[in-house]
Amino acid sequence: MSVISNSRSRTIGLAGSLKAPALSGLWRTSRRTTSALVSLAGAAVILGTVWALAAAFQKDLPGPISTMETFWRLVSNPFYDNGPNDKGVGLQLAASLKRVATGFALGSAIGIPLGVLLGVSGIFRRFMDPVVQVLRPVSPLAWFPIGLVVLQSAPQAAVFVVCICSLWPTVINTAFGVAGVPESQKNVARVFQFSRWKYLTRIVLPHSMPHIMTGLRLSMGTAWLVIVAAEMLSGGTGIGSYVWESWNALNLEQVLSAILLIGIVGLLFDRLFAFVAARFDFPEVA
Amino acid sequence: MEQSYLEIRNVTKSFGNYTAVAGVNLSIRHGEFVSLIGHSGCGKSTLLSLIAGLTRATDGTVELDGKLISGPGRDRGMVFQHHGLLPWLSVFANVYEAVDAVFPGRRPPEKKEKRERVERMLRVVGLWDHREKKPGELSGGMRQRTAVARAFAIAPKVLLLDEPFGALDALTKGALQDELLNLWAFDQATETVVMVTHDIDEAMYLSDRIVVMTNGPRATIRDIVEVPLPRPRDRRAMLHHPAYANTKEHLLDLLAERAVVGVAAVA
Repeated sequence: MSVISNSRSRTIGLAGSLKAPALSGLWRTSRRTTSALVSLAGAAVILGTVWALAAAFQKDLPGPISTMETFWRLVSNPFYDNGPNDKGVGLQLAASLKRVATGFALGSAIGIPLGVLLGVSGIFRRFMDPVVQVLRPVSPLAWFPIGLVVLQSAPQAAVFVVCICSLWPTVINTAFGVAGVPESQKNVARVFQFSRWKYLTRIVLPHSMPHIMTGLRLSMGTAWLVIVAAEMLSGGTGIGSYVWESWNALNLEQVLSAILLIGIVGLLFDRLFAFVAARFDFPEVA
Repeated sequence: MEQSYLEIRNVTKSFGNYTAVAGVNLSIRHGEFVSLIGHSGCGKSTLLSLIAGLTRATDGTVELDGKLISGPGRDRGMVFQHHGLLPWLSVFANVYEAVDAVFPGRRPPEKKEKRERVERMLRVVGLWDHREKKPGELSGGMRQRTAVARAFAIAPKVLLLDEPFGALDALTKGALQDELLNLWAFDQATETVVMVTHDIDEAMYLSDRIVVMTNGPRATIRDIVEVPLPRPRDRRAMLHHPAYANTKEHLLDLLAERAVVGVAAVA
C-alpha cells in the first residue's frame, strides 16, 4: 500500500500539470486505508469499553490494559523453550498448526475421493448417505477416546479428531459439486469417447473444484475450532493445552491473549484459503 | 437408387408419457448433407441425439453403414447447440482432449502427431493465434468455430450439427457456414453431414436434401425436399437460380401449413 501511494505521489510531482486523475486515485487509496483504520479503531473502542465495564463489575476478570501488556510480552518473545512445561506461545501455536495440518491433510485425502465416489455413483450414495448423515452431527471430540485407543497417544488422538472433523464439509461439498456436472458436459465426454480417467480429470474435477475449495475452507475452519478443544483434553504442547494450563495457573490475562491469537490465526487461515480458492474459479460461459 | 448409409427405421422416442417423435423413417446416402428443419419442439434434436447414440430409441432402429447404433462412437462427431466447450480448458486443449481420447496411442511420437492434427484444424478455422484462450475469452463465433474444429478433428464419418450457428449474428453465421463447407471439402474422412436448424436459408445454402418435420408431440417427417442448386454454391448467385424461389416457397408452405391450421382452429 505504502509503495503504491509513494509512487503515486512521485508521479504527481513529475507530471506537474496533470494532477487531477492521480490525485483522485491517491485520494481513493488513502480513503480506503483510512476507512479500514477507522473501522478497526471503532471495533477496538467498542470491545475495549464493554470489556473494561465487565472487568469493573467482575473483579476476577482482567481488564483490557493488563491483558494487552501480557499479550505484548507473549508475542515479543514467542519462541523461548524452558522445558516441556514452559514454552513460548509461538511454539505452542506451531505445535497446534502442525497437528491441524496433518489432520486436515489426512481428512482431505480421504474426504475428496469419498466425495467424488458419492457424487458419481448413485448406488454408493445410497449406501453411504446414511453413514454420513449419522456421523456428521457427532461432535468430533466424541471421537477422542477412540483415537486414544487406536493410536495409543494423546497428541495423535488430537490429530485423529481433526481428521474426522475436517472430513464432513469436504465430503459433502465435493459430492455436491461432482453430482452437479451438467448434462451437456457429460454428453461431450460421451460423444468424444473420453475414458473414465479423462472424464474425471478433465470434466468432473475441474467442474467441482470451486465446491471442493469451499469444502476445504469450511473443514479448515472447523479443524482450527476443534484443535483447541482436543488439546485441552490431550495436554502437552499446543495452544489448546496452553489455554487450559493458563487457566489452571489462574493466569487469565494469558487465557485472553491466547484467545486473541487463536482468532487472528484463524482469520489469516480463512483469508489465505479464500485467496487460493479464487484461483480455481472459472468464468461461466453462456 | 444409391445405397443407404445412415438408416433410420420406424423410430419412436418417448420420454415417459410424452412421445417426441413417432414412426420416423429416413435414409441418408453416403456423402450427403441433410438438414432437419421444423418448428422448435418438433423433435429434430431428439432425432440427432438418436443418431449420436446419446439416447436410445423407444422403438425402431438406427443403423450406420449396416451396423446398429447402440451408443456414441468415434465415427460420429457432433457440434452442440451451445458449443459444449469445457470452460476451464484452452481452445487448444478443448480440441486436443477430444483428439487424444479418440485416437489411440500414448507414446511421444503419437502424442506429437495428435498435437499436429489439432494445430492443422485450428489453423484451418483461423484460431491458431487464439489457441491459449479460454472459451470465456472468445466471441460467440470463435467458440462455435472451436466446437466445429473439435468435431472435425476426430475425423468422424458422420458429422452431426445441432443448430450450430443459431445463436450467432447474420454476418458471423454466413462466415461460419462458408468455413463449414470448406472444412467439409477439405476433410477427406467426413463426408456425410446431418444438421438440425430452423433457418430455411441456412438449410438451402448448405444441404442436398431438407427434411421437414411436423410439429410435436408425436412429430414425424412431413416431407423431404431436394435442393436442386449446383455446388459450389454462391450465396448471391443462388438467389437468381430458377429453382431457388420454387424450393423456398415449397419449404415455407410446408412449414407454414401447420401454423395456419393452428390459427384457424383458434379462430
